[in-house]
Amino acid sequence: MTYVGQPVDRLDGTAKVTGEARYSAEYPYPNMAYAALVHSTIARGRITRIDSATARKTPGVLAVITHENAPPMKPAPKMTPMDLSTLATGTTVNYLNTDEVHWNGQPIAVVVAETLEAAREAAHLVEVEYAEFPAVLDFAAEEGNATPQKNSLISEGGAKKGDPDAALAAAPFSLDLRYTTPGHNHNAIEPHSTTAFWDKDRLILHEGSQNIAWTQGHLAVRFDVPKENIRVISPFVGGAFGGKTMVWPGTVLTVLAAKVTGRPVRLMLTREGVNRTVGGRTPSIQRVAIGAEAGGSMTALIHTSITQNGKVGGGPEQVTSQTRHLYDAANLQVQQNLVELDTIANTVMRAPGESIGSFALEATVDELAYKLGMDPIELRARNEPARNPIDGKAFAHRMLLECYEVGAKEFGWGERSPEPGSMRDGKWLIGMGVASAYHPAWQFQANVTVRLSADGTVLVRCGFHEMGMGAATAQAQIAADALGVPLGAITVEYGDTALPTGPGAGGSGQTASIAASLITACEKLRRSVFSVARKTPGSPLRGRRFADVRAKDGGLYDGSRGESYQEILRRADRASIEAQVGSDTRLGEITGQVRFMSKFLMDRRRWVKAACGAQFCEVRVDSDTGEIRISRWLGVFDVGKVINAKTAASQLRGGIVMGIGMALAEETLVDPRNGRIMNAGLAEYHVPVHADIPSIDIRYLDDPDPTMPLGLLGIGEVGIVGVAGAIANAVYHATGKRVRDLPITLDKLL
Amino acid sequence: MKDFAYVSAQDVATAVRAIAEPGAKFLGGGTNLVDLMRQNIERPDTVIDITRLPLDRVEELPDGGVRIGALVRNSHLAAHRVIRTRYPMLAQAILTGASGQLRNMATVGGNVLQRTRCPYFADLAARCNKREPGAGCDAIGGFNRNAAIFGASDSCVATHPSDMCVALAALDATIELESVRGVRRLPLVGFHMLPGDSPQHETAIAADELITAIELPELPVAARSRYRKVRDRASYAFALVSVAAALEVRDGVITEARLALGGVAARPWRAHAAERALMGGPATEERFRLAADAELEGAVAQSQNAFKIELAGRAITATLRQLQVEGSAA
Repeated sequence: MTYVGQPVDRLDGTAKVTGEARYSAEYPYPNMAYAALVHSTIARGRITRIDSATARKTPGVLAVITHENAPPMKPAPKMTPMDLSTLATGTTVNYLNTDEVHWNGQPIAVVVAETLEAAREAAHLVEVEYAEFPAVLDFAAEEGNATPQKNSLISEGGAKKGDPDAALAAAPFSLDLRYTTPGHNHNAIEPHSTTAFWDKDRLILHEGSQNIAWTQGHLAVRFDVPKENIRVISPFVGGAFGGKTMVWPGTVLTVLAAKVTGRPVRLMLTREGVNRTVGGRTPSIQRVAIGAEAGGSMTALIHTSITQNGKVGGGPEQVTSQTRHLYDAANLQVQQNLVELDTIANTVMRAPGESIGSFALEATVDELAYKLGMDPIELRARNEPARNPIDGKAFAHRMLLECYEVGAKEFGWGERSPEPGSMRDGKWLIGMGVASAYHPAWQFQANVTVRLSADGTVLVRCGFHEMGMGAATAQAQIAADALGVPLGAITVEYGDTALPTGPGAGGSGQTASIAASLITACEKLRRSVFSVARKTPGSPLRGRRFADVRAKDGGLYDGSRGESYQEILRRADRASIEAQVGSDTRLGEITGQVRFMSKFLMDRRRWVKAACGAQFCEVRVDSDTGEIRISRWLGVFDVGKVINAKTAASQLRGGIVMGIGMALAEETLVDPRNGRIMNAGLAEYHVPVHADIPSIDIRYLDDPDPTMPLGLLGIGEVGIVGVAGAIANAVYHATGKRVRDLPITLDKLL
Repeated sequence: MKDFAYVSAQDVATAVRAIAEPGAKFLGGGTNLVDLMRQNIERPDTVIDITRLPLDRVEELPDGGVRIGALVRNSHLAAHRVIRTRYPMLAQAILTGASGQLRNMATVGGNVLQRTRCPYFADLAARCNKREPGAGCDAIGGFNRNAAIFGASDSCVATHPSDMCVALAALDATIELESVRGVRRLPLVGFHMLPGDSPQHETAIAADELITAIELPELPVAARSRYRKVRDRASYAFALVSVAAALEVRDGVITEARLALGGVAARPWRAHAAERALMGGPATEERFRLAADAELEGAVAQSQNAFKIELAGRAITATLRQLQVEGSAA
């Protein structure tokens, strides 16, 4: 392979750094109007009075839309496995079609004006009075009301093997620990923005989205138009991390505002607006209990969690997911539990579940290693399973111990003196920690077309998503290799519902999903081109067999006999030849859906597929103040075959940076007295700054997973998993203090 | 943001005349005011841009002091040779604040007048006695991890966020104010008010006054000084606790000490009790800790910030130790 695996520069790099790449708030329309939201300031109740008279008088105001004058919208659709876009509902509230308030910050009015400034000023002038109802707002206080999560087709709430309680009680060494993690918000660099324009009954929507097909399907239901009437355009997304997967109120209300005013309307949420109207990661309370023999063998492993849903939506997080797969405990139990609060719906955020679940699991394993007087890597090795611990299924690919082996050597793990507080550099206490990363490999449906033109260029079309990770570059590399053309011959079109329907960017599954279809489409295309060539008089490929033909040097060749694609098409007098995988007709959609579900279920019966890795970190803790600085990081990953060495390393590194934020800083502060987020901005919601991040070394084994397209495993999320655990373990090694409540701030070390 | 009139003042006389109009505000670097205007916490009718006033120089005075124009940018002051060599704690304090971009914009006068970062002050949906006298204080019993441990009241527990002012307090700086009524000078220590039952009164400045300069006295002890800021991340965060310290030690005995704390009160907190405890004593870890304890005796925690009392004690001790061992080197 010429391009796959190489550190190819992003194809959109120049467009991005020159500002040529357009984000959804940057599409100009003549006669544009601007929207601003008014948010509720109570958690639950009814609006008894909403006075927009002053707001309307603001010069430039076109409309103040409230529940008193908004046109009706259809309610959010009910979930059905036959139409996955029904999963896109952010919250079930029918915004501005009700006087009810369901969370603190819910949009209760939209102002549309000639300028952004006028819209925001008028939004400030809308006066609201409420009748307040009692509300459930304190996650910690709801612990006693948690109910077990039920198993569903795509999400399992719990499982049990053997008798873990008895095994735990009988174990010579045991731990039973409690952990908490706070809520988080994604805070992607691009705040959510929407530009909407109704051309009669057809809607054009520019929206930073991780799932344009879901957005299209959801809006079609809400505005009662055929899906085909809605075009969602989203070629560039300024980061998302899960926060742009569902359809949130800002999107719906911009479309509504465009309908009411008959103008193109743009809504750019403020950072505060994003925090108030887009769900975040749920807080959690977790229990991890492990029983072990003196030799380290785990006899019991129990991991349970409580997370929060909004009463208006959200879903369970697979907090205990990795615990099903990581350790070969003879008796094993996982169970996820849920509470419901009067808050905005929670939503997916980078490695939902594993990122916070691995913190609790990996910290407990480290604590057990200390209890046993054993190296934590050795303890993991002694519990490495040959088959999936919870159900005995085969692993499709599993090189976790190899990751530890490479990592330990590269990181100098052997130079660590295990005694806590024993490594010091002046006032700095030094600690080293490890933890395992684990993330399931997903694959979704992807429709793709590939067209070869007479000039030898290739157009790949698929409505997928570019959130900054280099998705299009990876697909161009794959197509160039599959067709034997230079990378420069490939153009990839994406981020538009006018294209064949692509997969969502989620579950670390986008690249594998498109790759599977793209490889098939390229194969089809080679066959079509070959059969054209075979039939064309004068072609050197006449009489050849397809099996002997290779795509290389920009054409098809059997040994030295063959010719360039340009020659083949010119000789056959063809302008282009196209191949297609999947279809966007109604029938094609259903067929695709059925094929996807049956492959998904069959795969799941046969295999456990996942990416994994070993996180190594070194921390320095100020012995006077407890300030924690990460001084070194190495992540070694088993992510199958890497498509682009540069963007893959960058994405894994980004996951680690985000994990450092989770470990040391990030926390959404929800005031339990009124359910209001009190740090809805980047000054108070801390993410790491450059000075917090050391040089991060990334290695990967590059060993293909035979069950995945090209052998690749998704890399979007595995990088964040294990990071908080590794840091907590390093902090213990440095200070002798176990911090079991994230974030690990200095006050917890004093 | 509300529509407002914009006036650019070319001289001090024009500026102080313009500020007499109701609803007028001075605009310096805008790094705090503009944010507050966006949040509708400040809604001026008129903004008087003072950045063209000739108050942008740092001058050495004949009496050995230094006069800093109110419009000197923070980054310029921190980089100034005289400040770096004669008052290193001030240069260090400024450089721990905000970001490079903000420091390039922010003025010295504006830094003195910046508003609290209490999240309840910043959210119009919350009750705040500073914004709306008599409304109540949601920070009490709310998120107050970074609230005051000195001088808070039942009305307000907010802190002053400046780093620069902590050094200025330790250095006994003077603030020069000008209005149509004339010029007056006030010590920086005491310029910021403790909240009492009127937290809306934040400083001693009158509504029609303009800060024209900050003056530093000649202070040889300041040449051996440092500023230590403890915060939740390595940069771009407000202090949980900060310490500005200067120490003169002769034959192992402390002959002069200057100490001020940040992040602990509605004013940069000059630690007089600690200074008294240091004076005449040995320059030892034990003495440093005793001095810290003497200051912190009067500290009172809110529901979430008891750790700041312990942290302040450790930060004071560590800063004095480091000053004694390593000198001023940042």
